[in-house]
Amino acid sequence: MVSEMRPTIAATLTELFEHDERLAIVLAEISADLFRHVRRFDPARAVNVGIMEATMVGVAAGFAMEGFHPVAHSLGPFVAERPFEQLKLDFGYQGLEGTFVSVGGSYDYGAEGGTHHAPGDVGVLSTIPGMEIFAPGTAAEADRLVRAIYANGRASYLRASAAQNGESFDVEPGCLQVVRRGSGDAPTVVAFGPMLSRTLEASHGLDVTVAYTASVVPFDADGLASIVGDSPHVIAIEPWYEGSVTGTLAAALSHVPSRVEAIGVPRRFLRSYGTAAEHDRDLGLDAAGIAERLRAMLAV
Amino acid sequence: MDAELTSLTRVRELMARAVGDEKHEESSTSTLDALWVLYDRMLRVDPADPSAEDRDRFILSKGHGPVAYYAVLAAKGFFPEAWLDGFMTWGGRLGSHPDRLLVPGVEASTGSLGHGLPIAVGVAQALRAKGLEGPRVIVLTGDAELNEGSNWEAIMLAPHLGLGNLTLLAIDNHSSSIPMAPWEARLGSFGWRVRVVDGHDHDALGAALEVREDRVPTAVVADIPEGEW
Repeated sequence: MVSEMRPTIAATLTELFEHDERLAIVLAEISADLFRHVRRFDPARAVNVGIMEATMVGVAAGFAMEGFHPVAHSLGPFVAERPFEQLKLDFGYQGLEGTFVSVGGSYDYGAEGGTHHAPGDVGVLSTIPGMEIFAPGTAAEADRLVRAIYANGRASYLRASAAQNGESFDVEPGCLQVVRRGSGDAPTVVAFGPMLSRTLEASHGLDVTVAYTASVVPFDADGLASIVGDSPHVIAIEPWYEGSVTGTLAAALSHVPSRVEAIGVPRRFLRSYGTAAEHDRDLGLDAAGIAERLRAMLAV
Repeated sequence: MDAELTSLTRVRELMARAVGDEKHEESSTSTLDALWVLYDRMLRVDPADPSAEDRDRFILSKGHGPVAYYAVLAAKGFFPEAWLDGFMTWGGRLGSHPDRLLVPGVEASTGSLGHGLPIAVGVAQALRAKGLEGPRVIVLTGDAELNEGSNWEAIMLAPHLGLGNLTLLAIDNHSSSIPMAPWEARLGSFGWRVRVVDGHDHDALGAALEVREDRVPTAVVADIPEGEW
């Protein structure tokens, strides 16, 4: 049975919490049951503030100011968007360390409607100088990233999703990996987080290099530059709003003329109710839809 | 003239040094007496060691009009008085809103209203988590600042957490379009112990601020009569 990201992250944080007395967990009701053990273990540094996300982030900042490694958590819209100013000022401007874990991806809560969707999270948080952004592709990668970032001295956003890849990689902050290599001047497809498996399926039979990363910020610019040719054509496959990372890719290739495109979530509110898989299919983000768009971009 | 008045006169001179001879803005002068009482009588802070673990934590949530704050910090030796000459100028460290990364003694970078009180709740809870029972957390807000909803999240949360080490010092200069009085009824209904005092009366401010309840956060409202600064 494949482990899910949210319970895996909770288990990882629970283990770390028992051994690191400087880890603090601040919740706003979401996942409170998953953290029941830590709240019993040391309720002074495992606080469920209730449904008040601005204060969840503010309280986390208070912990950070006292030298703790705070972790705050909620659904994407409620940890990345509602308390955006607290993330920007309390953490970004003040230069504090904190880890913010979201669940729900872009539209994992696909039947809940647009109030519970957050495909804009990566775009909006990438405007905060210093905010690092990670999108694990599997539960094992989520575990690895949580351990790597929770006490690294910086502010980080970790985006958990229901969708997972079929294979885990030794992901690290700022690391891009080549998963499948095309011919010398073949275009490069960069899959972000849980988009890798469907990208591999979609690009089957196409002469492309497929690279993978779970690290959006910092992005491995040198790694990308090292695998593309002299006139690179790079296509991002992203699980959030289309175009959220194209500026990052273009900047990584600024030393050569390049063509950068993206396949991601279209920038419109979704008015259909259903599973994430149904939304993927509708938006052309399942393997078949990605394959169709890839072939058009590659003119094959 | 007694020593305290002499010192406060010095602070006013420093404020004038920062902003010139024109009338100080209301948001700064209304906080002067409370800030002076805090730093002269109450807060256990050491300018030689501004991040000492056992210090009291003061957060100026109402980051507006920080001249009085800067002048008090300078008078108490947190940074050279000459810094005030560069207030709000290129190359200076003292901006229109305080920056914790630039100014010794400043605990939080504030200016956007409604941030300080939730942060203060986190600091108070973190002190408890560290087993530090001595230090107190005092957060200063304006009356109009308390229009911001994030404050009321924190006002709801602090009594629930039993944060007896937390004090809200609200300067009520009646600048809020929505009057915040009656303070006792509003904050009291959330579980705070509330005292309203004359915001210019140093002894009354000092006595109110000294009170610390067991597991109950305290609020001191410094009333500045309408029309007075």
